[in-house]
Amino acid sequence: MSIYLKLIWAYLKIGLFGFGGGYAMLSLIQSEVVNNGWLSRQMFTDIVAISQMTPGPIGINSATYIGYVATGSVWGSLVVTLTVVLPPFMLTLWASHFISRHQQSAIIKGAFMGLRPVVVGLIASAALLLMNRENFGYATDEQIISIVICVTSFVAVYFAKLHPIIVIVAAGVAGFLIY
Amino acid sequence: MSCKIYWQLFITFMKIGAFTFGGGWAMISIIEREVVERHKWIPRDEFLDLLAVAQSMPGILAVNISVVVGDRLRGLKGSIAAAVGGILPSFTLILLIAVFLTPDTIKNNEIISRIFKGIRPAVVALIVAPVLTTARAAGITWKTVLIPVGVALLIYSGLPVISSPLVFISLGAVCGYVYYVRRVIPNTKGGAK
Repeated sequence: MSIYLKLIWAYLKIGLFGFGGGYAMLSLIQSEVVNNGWLSRQMFTDIVAISQMTPGPIGINSATYIGYVATGSVWGSLVVTLTVVLPPFMLTLWASHFISRHQQSAIIKGAFMGLRPVVVGLIASAALLLMNRENFGYATDEQIISIVICVTSFVAVYFAKLHPIIVIVAAGVAGFLIY
Repeated sequence: MSCKIYWQLFITFMKIGAFTFGGGWAMISIIEREVVERHKWIPRDEFLDLLAVAQSMPGILAVNISVVVGDRLRGLKGSIAAAVGGILPSFTLILLIAVFLTPDTIKNNEIISRIFKGIRPAVVALIVAPVLTTARAAGITWKTVLIPVGVALLIYSGLPVISSPLVFISLGAVCGYVYYVRRVIPNTKGGAK
């Protein structure tokens, strides 16, 4: 089987069975990619590190990177990225249409009534899960600085209504100057 | 005019994609600011419903969010404009890295790692902020606050099965429907309807 077909098959699975976004998909990506021998475990750790340092979702970043590394061609990148994006794209589009068509039905109205507080909880859980040493540092002084940056950013976005992009840039500059 | 909205969607999501570090959740703050507050494309409570749809579908959350927002505004073409815009910055950057650099140049770059020591805690703040704005949009009261708090803590617990977001999405939809049929419909029948 050609490498393209293998890549497409692997990333179809990743796209269709990866729920919960980003890091929840990591173990699935790792098992597909490492077991197929496209990347060593070390290289996989590297691409995860790069994904954390570049914008964009890890699902796409890993697809783009592995597509290139495995085929040696830009087409590989494009094909694998499209593979991981297209099936969920179509499913989500279908769901979106289905819901707007049945907006007035009791099922949809009721379901969303229950989903709203759950989604608030899901966002909160994402925030909780990210409050870890990887994001706040291991040493105590680094953790203190991180907490100050986190609280300041929160005040800037939530109370002072600064644009989140400005906050990200400012936090990056602060990190560069402090460390 | 009709072309302008596609272009705006594309540019807006390109901006969102270029500054989203840490996955789909970190996008919510930026999307909310751009889509709900700046362009006023979607009201806040409806944005919350779109997030619910995006989260219930498999795949990359960031892509799903651009699809539901793009579709809500301009259907299929809108969702393509939003999704392509959102993906393009990271696709281009990663491709450049894959073609021209080795992982080590990025990973061990001292300047980049200093910058990211600052960005990472800020990203957490960017995810805390929409917790509060969406809580208001969802009309959370002192009584119903138990639902998001419970969901967040159970997912955070990492326990098998009950820490899966899908469990709470299914439960939320089913319980919401039951509540709606039993409490909301009987109460409105005699009155407005």
